Amino acid sequence: MESIFFYATAAIALIGAIGMVLSRNAIHSALFLVLNFAATSVLYLMLNAPLLAVLQVTVYAGAIMVLFLFVIMLLNAENVSVDSHLRWQPIAALILGGLLLVETVVTVGRPLPLNPAGVTPETLNQLADPRVLAQFLFTDYLLPFEVTSLLLLVAMVGAVVLTKARPAQKRDQRRVRFADQVEGSEGASAVMSEPQGENRPVA
Amino acid sequence: MNLPDYNFTALTPALILSLWAILILLVDLLFGERIQRWLSWLTVAGLLVTGASALSLWNVRAEGFSGMVVLDNFAIVVTVIAMIAGILAVLLSSDYLVDRDLFRPEYFALMLFSITGILLLASGRNLIMLFLGLELLSIPLYVLTGFARPDVQSEEAAMKYFLLGALASSFLVYGIALTYGATGSTDLLKIRDALQNVQVITSTLTLGGLILILVGFGFKVAAVPFHMWTPDVYQGAPTPITAYMSVGAKAGGFAALLRIMYVAFPQIASYWTGALVLLAIATLVVGNLLAIQQSSLKRLLAYSSIAHAGYILVGLAAGNNRGVAGALFYLLAYAFTNLGAFGIMIALSKKGEEADSIESYAGLSSRQPWLALAMTVFMLSLTGVPLTAGLVGKIFVFSAAAEAGLWTLLIVAVLTSVISAFYYLRLVVLMYMRDPINDFGTQVHLTPGVRTALALAVIGTVLLGIIPGNLIDFTNQTLAITTQTLVALVH
Repeated sequence: MESIFFYATAAIALIGAIGMVLSRNAIHSALFLVLNFAATSVLYLMLNAPLLAVLQVTVYAGAIMVLFLFVIMLLNAENVSVDSHLRWQPIAALILGGLLLVETVVTVGRPLPLNPAGVTPETLNQLADPRVLAQFLFTDYLLPFEVTSLLLLVAMVGAVVLTKARPAQKRDQRRVRFADQVEGSEGASAVMSEPQGENRPVA
Repeated sequence: MNLPDYNFTALTPALILSLWAILILLVDLLFGERIQRWLSWLTVAGLLVTGASALSLWNVRAEGFSGMVVLDNFAIVVTVIAMIAGILAVLLSSDYLVDRDLFRPEYFALMLFSITGILLLASGRNLIMLFLGLELLSIPLYVLTGFARPDVQSEEAAMKYFLLGALASSFLVYGIALTYGATGSTDLLKIRDALQNVQVITSTLTLGGLILILVGFGFKVAAVPFHMWTPDVYQGAPTPITAYMSVGAKAGGFAALLRIMYVAFPQIASYWTGALVLLAIATLVVGNLLAIQQSSLKRLLAYSSIAHAGYILVGLAAGNNRGVAGALFYLLAYAFTNLGAFGIMIALSKKGEEADSIESYAGLSSRQPWLALAMTVFMLSLTGVPLTAGLVGKIFVFSAAAEAGLWTLLIVAVLTSVISAFYYLRLVVLMYMRDPINDFGTQVHLTPGVRTALALAVIGTVLLGIIPGNLIDFTNQTLAITTQTLVALVH
């Protein structure tokens, strides 16, 4: 029963992966990738790693893929033509993927050469418990956890700084927009939203 | 569930500084434009408070958060260097930004966050903390590099710095992962214990982890061959940011490297000293030779900063106490000197007319004798002429290399110092021996902030250079104490 379930999930994951690579439409690719992520998270569940499964869904399928879809839609990049200078990519990908496959086949099932942390299947099972992880996060690793929050604040401030125009710059942009509107359609002043005063060029 | 003893003492400076950064964001939110003029001074006040709090903990040696951070004398010295770089850069920034319509309060907050990153790099005793410190140092720097948006050069520099910086961070993370795989911990002391085991020492995992960590930090401190980004980023970034970056990023990167190498990997010192010697030689030769051909002052200072990373690497490669003390003293001297040199450039620039071309400094002495004199002091210090801080720093690291018997490295370092005299002194000759081609009268920007910064930089450069022998002994001793706290086995 379990093995049937595993093969079914694995097949879905593979279909997702292959579909992602083969589809010409970027949106379809992204959606296939979501399918692959969902199937992988089911595999994690079967391996008794519920936390990893949930993280896989929230972080990858949730946050990152939604961002991908947003970018694709905003840039209108559904149909990306295959550029000539990217011709070598499939070959390189095949070689590297092949190497990874060989490496996996060779290493899986072998004992670890070094195991200083003393990892056993039992400790791994323990770690899969969200409660154990949370305890580590709020005791020994409290400081890294808090510094990460500081890092996120910095990233947020930085993103605002880089994307929001400065007051002076905004004035310039409005002026340009105003000039465009006047040039493009005379008498369309009713459409303008900005009050007249701000559009007056500063001497 | 037992909560460990957090011991906030160990985190005091970093805590004050990060809270001060948030305070600046809030002050801007509450008071808006009314307080803009005072923001740079508020930032300087924050840096002074942080520095004072760090100095008040001298010899205390606090350890906190399950060994994640440790505030020892080594961390305090690095903190002081970061404070000096921060204060000078902030003083140079304010009018530069206002003049170019770039002023935004977030600038100062981002700068304080970045300096917090240096503090964490200086006191982190866990690879995870060191990684987070490096990111906290770098991410604000990426943003600040692009602060002159929509200036194309600034945008390009920010993009380049961000992409290459992210790549370097990934090397570092991979190195940390391999080290964890080999030793079973990210705590530097536990790594040291694990390395008592011969099987761990000879493992390729250990060696791979060490090399990748070296690459990650080598990028930050602009060591050859990981220096490619330096000239473009230095040139594109707003000048005060370039000035801060050249000292701050180096201080953080070298502090972390010192702690990792000396605390976690002393067992395999023979591996990493060899690698550091090679890095140092490459950095010294490439930095100094490429600096000769530059016609832009910013690019010249960029290559010169690569070269100086090489001299600091000489101290690291020596692998002895004197080398650590030398590297720290060198960073201190470099902070005053280099920020001073950039300060002169800022004083002579105005919007749209950056004093970037070296030729434009011709005859500066007849128009602006004091600025020319100050620039001469900085150039002499960068060369390493007697009576300047630069010479004392060089003597420190060179004697460390001699003590360690690294003669090839020493010869290369001395020869490249001689080469460096050529391009530093060329500027001095231009300022004093040529007729002026520029009328600097209208574009000199000696505002109170710039004045204070330049005065501090000159005083620092000269004082560190002329301190009499017993004071050198004193510095030597304090730095030796510093080093001992770093190297000493804990508990």
